[in-house]
Amino acid sequence: MTATAYTADEIMTVAAARSLTSDMACFVGIGLPSTAANLARRTHAPDLWMIYESGTLGTEPDTLPLSIGDGVLADTADTVVSVPEIFNYWLQPGRIDVGFLGAAQIDRYANINTTVIGDYADPKVRLPGAGGAPEIAASCREVIVIVRQSRRAFVDKVDFVTSVGHGGGPGDRERLGLLGKGPTRVITDLGILEPDPNTRELTLVSVHPGTTVADVRAATGWDLAVAPDLAATEAPTASELSVLRSLTGA
Amino acid sequence: MIVPLDEGIRELVHDGDTVALEGFTHLIPVAAGHEIIRQGRHDLTLARMTPDVVYDQMIGAGCARKLVFSWGGNPGVGSLHRFRDAIQNGWPVPLEIEEHSHAGMANRYAAGASGVPFAVLRGYVGTDLMGQTASIKTIDCPFTGERLTAVPALNPDVTIVHAQRADRAGNVQLWGITGVQKEAALAARRTLVTVEEVVDELEPVPGQVLLPSRVVTAVAEAPGGARPSYAHGYYIRDNSAYQEWDAISRDRDAFERWLESDVYGGARPAREGRIP
Repeated sequence: MTATAYTADEIMTVAAARSLTSDMACFVGIGLPSTAANLARRTHAPDLWMIYESGTLGTEPDTLPLSIGDGVLADTADTVVSVPEIFNYWLQPGRIDVGFLGAAQIDRYANINTTVIGDYADPKVRLPGAGGAPEIAASCREVIVIVRQSRRAFVDKVDFVTSVGHGGGPGDRERLGLLGKGPTRVITDLGILEPDPNTRELTLVSVHPGTTVADVRAATGWDLAVAPDLAATEAPTASELSVLRSLTGA
Repeated sequence: MIVPLDEGIRELVHDGDTVALEGFTHLIPVAAGHEIIRQGRHDLTLARMTPDVVYDQMIGAGCARKLVFSWGGNPGVGSLHRFRDAIQNGWPVPLEIEEHSHAGMANRYAAGASGVPFAVLRGYVGTDLMGQTASIKTIDCPFTGERLTAVPALNPDVTIVHAQRADRAGNVQLWGITGVQKEAALAARRTLVTVEEVVDELEPVPGQVLLPSRVVTAVAEAPGGARPSYAHGYYIRDNSAYQEWDAISRDRDAFERWLESDVYGGARPAREGRIP
């Protein structure tokens, strides 16, 4: 692989990392969010304050953790607090800038399902469940979602609302009394979606190089709106790719 | 106070009990879970925020009637296939679930430890969990009128945790990521702690949680008893074991062979957890 060639997962991770800045406190989920946050901290956002729900505040792991509670997270943290404390004292009052989540299903209003595919009582596929996500989605000042785009994942309506995005449209978060702004950006392997300021519906705002609008629409289970000023995602730089690969071992 | 693990399980864990084996990625009481399987306990209500591989094993072995939880997965790997098989197909026995979020479960234990009947939080609002889980209700703040969420105290019949050390009097010391273990222990009617080692004197460690012996019913020495999770300062997480569990747990026959060799056969890691 040459320095300029990259995979769909790599541009997704790089695009997600670019959404984070050095002054943020970020609640990091395991998997793609963790890879992206660690990439950001090693490139343009060295002071990114990473929090994992295991209770590690301000952690600076030198390797990518496999779980949210690997020893390296505790060893390199500013402090380690209990699980009740991380949720009650840190997340709940709105102290965290960005929640970084994955999803099994996401719908046009960025509601997230990580609980079941099919009926709750008689599921087609039972997924792990909520974890910290419902309150991360409610209480972080904003939420960034990172998920691979397909018709299976991008559905008109999720089978189960595990974590509330923009509910059924404008005004729903306010009506529910949710503190944060909710999902402000969804980053996929094809492009970047953001809620329309008026309709709150996820709208395509950027496509990754080599991807067409038609490709993205074909991978979306609703009639995807496209922003009038659609951007093209900047390709990953050689240095972003080299840091990312040093993390993932690719 | 200091007992062999098999005796501790026999005395403290009874069929039909609500049992919490807590541990948030770190210090998971795996050896105790395997001893519960070996002793054939059944009809248990298993509570845990993050039921992972050891709960998958206990569910697959038929120990559980019900699971109270907030995230049931193989951390960093994927889904739990014995858990999935129990929910989707009722194998080996049907499994009832009571599903929460992490914030809800943490607050349920905190209420249990505090001796109050419920906890209040900002949580679950707008999610479908509110319609599926009877133990999530809304409540109006008596001071401001603000609408909040209430969850009931969780008071296990027995909580089991794994810790680094205990002294001979049964004072227990754990450190690193300590999760919800203090709350789960204080919420329980009985507490069993497995430890890496029993020592003459506990040296203080920064960030430690100390469970005084008066809130610990019994301690069992079980070196390596948290494997394949880890014990900070003793051994690291065996990530490959979590990855290997995926293939074993997908197949009922492979799982039953694993039960035979690694639990009933007393091979590792169960043997490591046994008192010689």
